[in-house]
Amino acid sequence: MSWMRFLHRKRSDSELQDEIEAFLTEETADNEARGMSPEEARRQARLKLGNPQKVRESLWVQNTPQRLAGIARDVKYAFRTLSRTPGFSIIAIVVMALCLGAATSLFTVVRSALLRPLPFRDPARLVMVYEHFRGGELSYHPVAPADFYDWRSKTHGFEDMAIMRPAGYNLTGVRNELPESVQAEAGSSNLFSLLGVQPALGRDFTEADDQRGSAVVMLTWSVFERRFAGDAKIVDGQIHLDGKPYTVIGVLPSWFTYPDAGIQLWVPYKADASPEMLQHHDWHGSHVVARLRPDVSLASAIAQVGAIQYQNHLQYPHDPVAEDVVSRSLNEDLAGDVKKPLMLMLSAVGCMLLIGCLNVANLLVARGAARQKEVAIRSALGAQRATLIREQMAESVLICAAGGVGGILLSLGATEWLAKTWKDLPTAQSIHMDGAVMAFACALMFAAALIAGLLPALSTTGKSMLKALQTSVRTGSSSVSRTALRKSLLTAEIGITVVLLVAAGLLLKSFMQLRAANVGCVVDNTLTLQYNLPGNNYDTPEKRNAFNEALLARVRALPGVHGAALGTTVPGTGYWGTDEFTVKEHPPLKTDEHLPDALTRWVDPGYFSALGIPLVSGRFFTRDERAARSYKVIVSRQLVQQYLAGENPIGKHLHVPGRAHDGAPDLMDWEIVGVVGDTVYQVGKEPKATMYFPILEGRSDAMLAVHTATDALLFSVPLEKQIASLDPELPVSDVLTMDQIIGASLVNASLSATLVLAFAILSLILASVGLYGVLSYLTTQRTSELGIRMALGAQRDQLLQLMLVDGLRPALFGLGLGLVMSFAATRIFQSMLFGTKPLDPLVLSGVIATLLAVAVMACLAPAWRASRLDPMKALRTE
Amino acid sequence: MPKKNQSNNEMFKGTLDMMILRTLAGGDAHGHTIAKVIERTSEDLLEVEQGSLYPALHRLEDRRWVSSYWGASENNRKAKFYRLTAEGRKQLVRETSRWRQMTRASGLVMG
Repeated sequence: MSWMRFLHRKRSDSELQDEIEAFLTEETADNEARGMSPEEARRQARLKLGNPQKVRESLWVQNTPQRLAGIARDVKYAFRTLSRTPGFSIIAIVVMALCLGAATSLFTVVRSALLRPLPFRDPARLVMVYEHFRGGELSYHPVAPADFYDWRSKTHGFEDMAIMRPAGYNLTGVRNELPESVQAEAGSSNLFSLLGVQPALGRDFTEADDQRGSAVVMLTWSVFERRFAGDAKIVDGQIHLDGKPYTVIGVLPSWFTYPDAGIQLWVPYKADASPEMLQHHDWHGSHVVARLRPDVSLASAIAQVGAIQYQNHLQYPHDPVAEDVVSRSLNEDLAGDVKKPLMLMLSAVGCMLLIGCLNVANLLVARGAARQKEVAIRSALGAQRATLIREQMAESVLICAAGGVGGILLSLGATEWLAKTWKDLPTAQSIHMDGAVMAFACALMFAAALIAGLLPALSTTGKSMLKALQTSVRTGSSSVSRTALRKSLLTAEIGITVVLLVAAGLLLKSFMQLRAANVGCVVDNTLTLQYNLPGNNYDTPEKRNAFNEALLARVRALPGVHGAALGTTVPGTGYWGTDEFTVKEHPPLKTDEHLPDALTRWVDPGYFSALGIPLVSGRFFTRDERAARSYKVIVSRQLVQQYLAGENPIGKHLHVPGRAHDGAPDLMDWEIVGVVGDTVYQVGKEPKATMYFPILEGRSDAMLAVHTATDALLFSVPLEKQIASLDPELPVSDVLTMDQIIGASLVNASLSATLVLAFAILSLILASVGLYGVLSYLTTQRTSELGIRMALGAQRDQLLQLMLVDGLRPALFGLGLGLVMSFAATRIFQSMLFGTKPLDPLVLSGVIATLLAVAVMACLAPAWRASRLDPMKALRTE
Repeated sequence: MPKKNQSNNEMFKGTLDMMILRTLAGGDAHGHTIAKVIERTSEDLLEVEQGSLYPALHRLEDRRWVSSYWGASENNRKAKFYRLTAEGRKQLVRETSRWRQMTRASGLVMG
């Protein structure tokens, strides 16, 4: 009601004027009736009424909530003060807008990536269950399907458990449209109902679909829109995967981008899994998601599964069957590796925001000093401290509000950019601003206003303010405490800046180390592409080998090609698979010992020389080592050092249970014919023991790497033409240079380094502006003192030194403080560093030098000005 | 007009709202009439200051104890009339009994 009154006070006022007019008329009429002359009657009526203005005022006051009016006045006043110094105001607002914008953007990303539950039904009860090998560090190991079936049938802590594994297909339409290789997942029939996902069109998988040989498929929304133009008729229609017809039974909703947005199709889990795969307890490669029963604790449900797994482990002592299981929430599982960099960046942005606030606070303290007398007089006249503080806070609130609005606008763009640039962000497509983010931005804005405004306001209105009235202007002593406050603000600012600089320096150094890291093979001018020979046209090893060898011969004959390598993968492109092995010539392992494992790759005879991987001993494969005759293996130096140290590896045999020879399931021994140099499977990782088998066994999946004389990308079209001339229907995917592949794997490292560096540089600028401001202010304050010193014979050099030392002292304190803080802070993200450590002397000395240089630059100008003062003028200033 | 005793008005301040409600209980009236009726009824011992009458009327209206409308005065001039609402009537009853108690108490103390 009082709001209505407030909003209608203008109307109420004009009504009152009418009422007063009516009163005057009535009273005049009465007076005239008493026999007065019209003029006298009017005069007496006015006398009786008194001052009509006063009546209006008292109603106006009654209609205005006093607190609100006070605030409105403060805001108006602050607005005027700010617009009187547009330079200061614009700088302050821009600073706040940058800081608040960056913080809001990162919060948006963090919220989507880490905090917001997935749109699944009751996501809090969804967990991922992994196998865990005891003894090593905590690892989330993919699950073997045989283990999963045991868990599902023998435990009762989960409502249900579902399993899925990655798959890939060549997708063609029924009418031979352009082939395309697509990422897919194979999921058990209960997966979608467990997650609480209804198909947007068609139906879900049923138990009957989830059988070997079933040919049904569900499309995700993206492929449905892109390839099938969103036409619902595709449901119950057919598509070809690897040349086999599949019936489309349903389409998943558009928001469903689990486990990531690249997945195009879903097939039933057992559809193309061999019975051996489903029965072996060492066929690790699947992911298990489970829904907890509401009345069971996660710990007891997992303990049950762990007990079953331990039985399996005891049952197969010589196979790599894990002893235990671990779980983590689905949300955490999705966030995975981005959590740490995200939190790091969020803290960096928090630091920058704090520096921004301190900087605005610092500037406001200086402005407060100018109004010290006014404040003192008003307080002597009875103004309440709260009122004075509120009035001064209004300025910082205005700055932060304007900055906040700017920041929100900025972060609209910044968030989109971040979501696009940052690879592996889960749910990247659902990152956007919403009410909660807005609320967060507003809260942040008020917190910033409070930090930036309260300190200066408290300092100007403290008990000591009456001293301002007593002290003479000449001594300038009243400002000592305020200068001390500004210096400590500055020390804090510089300290935080140092932490940011150290963090940025370390991340940058890690990134450069990663960039320069040796992959172990040729990287420059190398083009790679992948293809997968479909089973219907290439049904025998001979046909596959014929294609691969013909392609290699044609590519090697191209002008400008130094070499061509054909393998299942090339170094630097990922972990892919491992196999367990034993050395046949060694005594059998004890039952509790783990089988050693090594990365498994298939290569053609010319692979190593084309990629520049050196031969350590023995020989490469020959063209004879193919199909049934390929009993040979080449190992990496790392494997020899780890498992065959001090022996001659050539001629030894590796017993690889997972790699039985075609047609001879009991033959699992492979003779070592050569040892080659180490390569890394991913930049930033240590080399791992590797086994190379001949690709001429008849593999159908291949990655071609071509080392060229000039820019490798120029060869992409000729290469694809060669492939098309051999088989026009074969789809080629991932045509990338090695540089691009390695660059892509470093995008995140580069992004965190760049962003933190940007924050650090901004903070450095802010700190140096603060330093400059404080020292300029000090110089003005001490003008008369400096004049006296000069008059008494101080040299200009001495004055310069005096002022410089005065300005550099907070910088040095801040530097010390910051170094101490960064020792603690950098330990937290140690795991993100590569080739450097928290106490990297190069980074630390770089930071110290940069900070000192910037500090001296910021101090030099005011100190120089101080030393060039005209003593006569200086003495005359008041 | 004779100058009224200051102390009368001091006492009057807190009770103006009550008196306005009481006056309006006799029928709708505009500001001038209300003031006149209060002054007459108190045998000119009380003087209604316009500076407090109009804010008081607006306050009462805001509390929904009176409502207002524009109409023609007895001399056929435009005037804003006030009317006691049902809520206002209840308030008047409460105020009156409170006032009775207070005057009785003061009377007992003063003898």
